[in-house]
Formats: sequence, C-alpha cells, structure tokens
Amino acid sequence: MTTVFERPKSLTATPNTYCPGCTHGIIHRLVAQAIDGLDMQAKTVGVAPVGCAVFAYNFFNCDMVQAPHGRAPAVATGIKRVTPDNLVFTYQGDGDLAAIGTAETIHAAARGENITVIFVNNAIYGMTGGQMAPTTLANQVTQTSPFGRDIKSAGSPIRICEMLSTLDGVAYAERVSVDSVPNIRKAAKAICKAFEIQKAGKGFTIIELLSTCPTNWGLSPVESLDWLRENMMPYYPLGVFKDIDGGKDNG
Amino acid sequence: MSQRVLMKGNEALAEAAIRAGCHHFFGYPITPQNEIVAYMSKRLPKIEGACFLQAESEIAAINMLLGASAAGARVMTSSSSPGISLKTEGISYIAGSDLPVVVVNTQRAGPGLGGIQPSQADYWQATKAPGHGDLRVLVFAPCSVQEMVDMVTTAFDMADKYRMPAIILADGMLGQMMEAVTLPEDRGRQANNKEWATNGHAGENRNIINSLYINPDELEKIIRDRFARYAEIEAKHTQHEEYALEDADIVVTAYGASARVAKAAVRDARAKGIKAGFIRPITLWPFPKEAYAKAANTARSFLCVEMSMGQMVDDVRLAISSKVPVHFYGRPGGIVPAPEEVLAEIEKIAGGMN
Ligand SMILES: Cc1ncc(C[n+]2csc(CCOP(=O)(O)OP(=O)(O)O)c2C)c(N)n1
Ligand code: SF4
Repeated sequence: MTTVFERPKSLTATPNTYCPGCTHGIIHRLVAQAIDGLDMQAKTVGVAPVGCAVFAYNFFNCDMVQAPHGRAPAVATGIKRVTPDNLVFTYQGDGDLAAIGTAETIHAAARGENITVIFVNNAIYGMTGGQMAPTTLANQVTQTSPFGRDIKSAGSPIRICEMLSTLDGVAYAERVSVDSVPNIRKAAKAICKAFEIQKAGKGFTIIELLSTCPTNWGLSPVESLDWLRENMMPYYPLGVFKDIDGGKDNG
Repeated sequence: MSQRVLMKGNEALAEAAIRAGCHHFFGYPITPQNEIVAYMSKRLPKIEGACFLQAESEIAAINMLLGASAAGARVMTSSSSPGISLKTEGISYIAGSDLPVVVVNTQRAGPGLGGIQPSQADYWQATKAPGHGDLRVLVFAPCSVQEMVDMVTTAFDMADKYRMPAIILADGMLGQMMEAVTLPEDRGRQANNKEWATNGHAGENRNIINSLYINPDELEKIIRDRFARYAEIEAKHTQHEEYALEDADIVVTAYGASARVAKAAVRDARAKGIKAGFIRPITLWPFPKEAYAKAANTARSFLCVEMSMGQMVDDVRLAISSKVPVHFYGRPGGIVPAPEEVLAEIEKIAGGMN
C-alpha cells in the first residue's frame, strides 16, 4: 500500500485549538513539513508566542519554549547562542511581532541572528477578541477601531518584510499567502528556503504569511479568503524582499 | 587554583561567575554596574563556545537568559534598579517556567531615574515582587567584595538545584569598591546535561518549557509543588551572621553595605559600655526569621539600618511578631550612613531604656 497523505512527523497527533477555517493550521503543517524535509525533527527548537498560537508547543513535535508576549526573537537568540547547530524558529502573530515585540524583532534581524521567524499576519489580534493590530488595514473595523482604522490617529499599517529588508543582518525575507493551493505551495517552498539558509548559517530569515481570522473578521472561512485577496494582498504585496543568495530584490 | 587579588566588586563578581562556569552573559549598560558588562565583553569572547551579547534592552536581555537557560546553559545578566524593573516580566516567566538564572542588581537610588549613588531601595522589589504572580526568587545580599565572589557561585548552584532564579542584591558601593579577594578555582563550563533542557529532542522525548496552564486545578497544583520546594529552601538554606548577641539589649540589624556601617557602630557602642548586638541577613529570601525571633526573647529593642526609607524593617517586625519595639534609621537617595550616625541612634535608644 502506498501512503498518499499523512501527518508530518514534526506535528503531534493533538487536535489543534484554532477556529474552524483559520489558516494557522495550514501554516503549522507547512513548518512541520519543512522540518521533516530537512530531517531536523530532533534538532529543532521552536518558540511559541503569546497569541492564538500560544499552544504551538502542544502541536509541534520537537522541543518547544513558550515566550512572553513579543519576546520570542530574544528567547530564540538565547537558545541559538547556546546551541548554534540546532534549527531555531519563532512562530509569531502580528501583535506579538510588530507591536509589543518590535524592538526584539528589529534587533534580532539587525544582529543577523541565525534564526527563522514565521510571521503570521492576519491584520488583527485574534486571541484577545479582535482588536486593532499594527497590520490592521486603513478603515478596517475591529473591536478597538469601531469606526474603521483612522490613519490620522492610528497611523498606517506596518509592512514588516519591506522594513526589515533594509537591514544588513537579514539574509532572507519573503511574503507569501495561504489563500490558495498554488500560494500554499509557494509558502511551503519559502519556509524550506529560510530553514536551509539558517542551516547554512547565513543570517536572519523571515517568512511573512498572510493568514485569515474568520472569527474576528466576522466572515465565513471562504469569504475570509476572498477578503484576504481583495484587501490584504494589494497593501501587502507577495514576493521576495531580500535574498542574500542573489534572488531578486523587492518582489 | 584559587588566587588572591585586589579587585573592584563588580569585576570580581564577573570573574567569579565565569569561574563558576557561566559562559553566557546578556546585558545592557547602566551605572553603577557597567564594569560587569565591560568585563564580560572582554573575557567571554576569548573562551570557545562562550557568548557575550549586549542586548537592545533589559527586557531583551532577560528573555535571552530565558532562552539560554532553557537550552541548558549557566547564564547571567546584571543591571541596576531601573533596568531591574524592566526585567521583572522575564523573571516572572523564568520562575513560572522553573528555569535557573542569576540576576545581579547593583542597586542605585530611586524611584524613577533616581540617582546613581548606592542605595538599598529595591529590597521590596527583590523579596516581595520580583515579577507578577505567586513566586519566590533566591535573594543573596553580599556585604564585601569577597562575598560578591562567593555568593555568585552559590547562587548558580542553588538556582540549578532548585530550578529557579537567583538575585544578587548588591549596591553601587560594593560594586565600585576595591578589596583583596580570593578567587575560586575555574570550574570550566558546566556540562549541558540537564534532562529537561530544550536542546534537541524529537517526539516522545521532546521537552517543553512553559509557564501557561489554562486549567486552574493544574496550575494550583504546580504552584503548590513549587511552594513545597520553597519551604525546603527556607528550612535548609537560610543564612545570617550574628555578633555579640548573647547579652544584647539592643539588636542592630542591616544587610549589604549598610551592615558594614552598622556593625562598626555596634562595636563602638560596646566600647562605650552599651549592650548592643548585631544580626545581618545573608539571604534576604529566605529571610532568617528564627534568628530574630530568638534574639527577641532577650533583647529589649531592635534597630534596623537601611539605605532607604525602611523596607527590610517590615520583615524584622514580622519575624519578632512586634514583641519589642523595632526602631529604624535610614538614609535614602544615595547616601551611605556614617557609623557615628548609627551610634547616635543606638545611644538614643539606650538612653530611653534607662
Ligand atoms: C504583556 C501582555 N500584554 C497583553 C497580553 C494580551 N494578549 C494576548 S494575545 C495578544 C495579541 C495577539 O495577537 P497576535 O499577535 O496578532 O496573534 P493572533 O492571536 O492574531 O494569532 C494580546 C494583546 C499578554 N498576554 N501579555
Ligand atoms: S481567533 Fe482568529 S486567528 Fe485565532 S484561531 Fe480563531 S480564527 Fe484563528
């Protein structure tokens, strides 16, 4: 009998805690597949954020550390400096990475810390019930921007990959999306590439994944995918923003 | 081999930490502890596999400790009062994750930016609320450069044994002053063989370092287990020094730099025929409650001396259940009291007792 589909070794058999239709689950699978692909399950240490992915330590089948809100890149730095031969990744939402943890993100990138950041951008704070995130789009309605994000007061959403790609320490920065099968395939490749660059010791790598939050967007899973394509993709263009191996710059 | 040298407190502590096998240090500059960070930046890059990193903030530094400790390393950070405030989040997570780390606080005056002169105004922070939640951290209070050296080794060993953070609560005076010290032998890097460390395991063997327990029953049990460990530490590892207590009417008490002054004043008082004695807590948590309770059976009053408006004095009153009066003499703001000031207080109390 040939196996056509099975759970990656780097995922546990634990049912995940994400809402139905949430794309966090897909992203977990892609990360686990990439770890399996490099045969690094026993040499990988993941860092879970504070956010909907806080329980990631139950789902990834490797050593895991749960970090304070936003501090995952600093925690990963400590791990990597002690065990440089291990594959070290953080898994962070946009509130975690781009609001409370901005300093930790930027400085880990600036140091060229040899870690991989899996950045899940869903334009909202999922876990706490749908508040405005640094990545919430202009005029987007959230619990704390009930009249839509007012750019005059709240500023414009931050484009993390673009910003980080200006730093010399960043070896690879790519934005992908998990809204469709072709895009999921590209996302899988991007994560593998980032892990390979880390294994080669070339510096900081970040893969930003546009992701949905049907629960707090107030849309069905299918409508959410449309909303992501229509609203997020124009503001957050997909593409490679930095590739020290000579890939094209800026998408 | 151990070695006798003349060294500044901060540098001696840094050297002793390295000799205790701490090869990973994450820090951020702040006066009056800069010598520790500078010393580490010179020494560690010369040791293979060691790491010195100047973090972007104290918040980042303490979280680097969390990661490095999770990966199994002996690890330390140092700072001074305002920086320690930023570390409290991380200290709470580290305690909640049962990880061993050593944090040095070379205290300066507060609140706010305060001043850069020596102070003891972070006693409450270190012993009562070093972070949010039900937790304890080991708190050591050196009063000489030699104790800075000796305590850092003990702090690492105790933190490892009980899987919890340890704070060395020093102050700007101890950090800056030079004294002759005996440095311990270099133990070399401690083997990274902690079975709970997240340093690469798969599947069933994998390790998780975490402080989140959504189920209150589970969390209650974990906290109660942790407090059982704390009780064992209180029973086995409380340390203090006492002097001339046998017939003492007035017991003077202080820790750290102010204890040097207070002890000198007690000697002067004895020379003047006043029956003064002395207790110095060496561990602030666990606090040597029994030593005070015992002294309160015979003493007629206590005098607590601190470089603050009075923080440890609360614990002294609790330890003796306010059985006899506990007086207080303190200098806040960065001033070290002189022995004559303390002697004058002792004389005032002695006069009142007649
Ligand atoms: C210090 C601190 N502040 C605030 C919170 C509350 N909190 C938990 S998750 C979260 C935001 C998570 O949003 P995001 O990072 O976008 O992840 P998502 O849940 O959308 O995946 C906040 C503010 C916290 N746990 N700790
Ligand atoms: S709240 Fe949003 S991000 Fe969180 S699990 Fe539910 S759908 Fe996913």
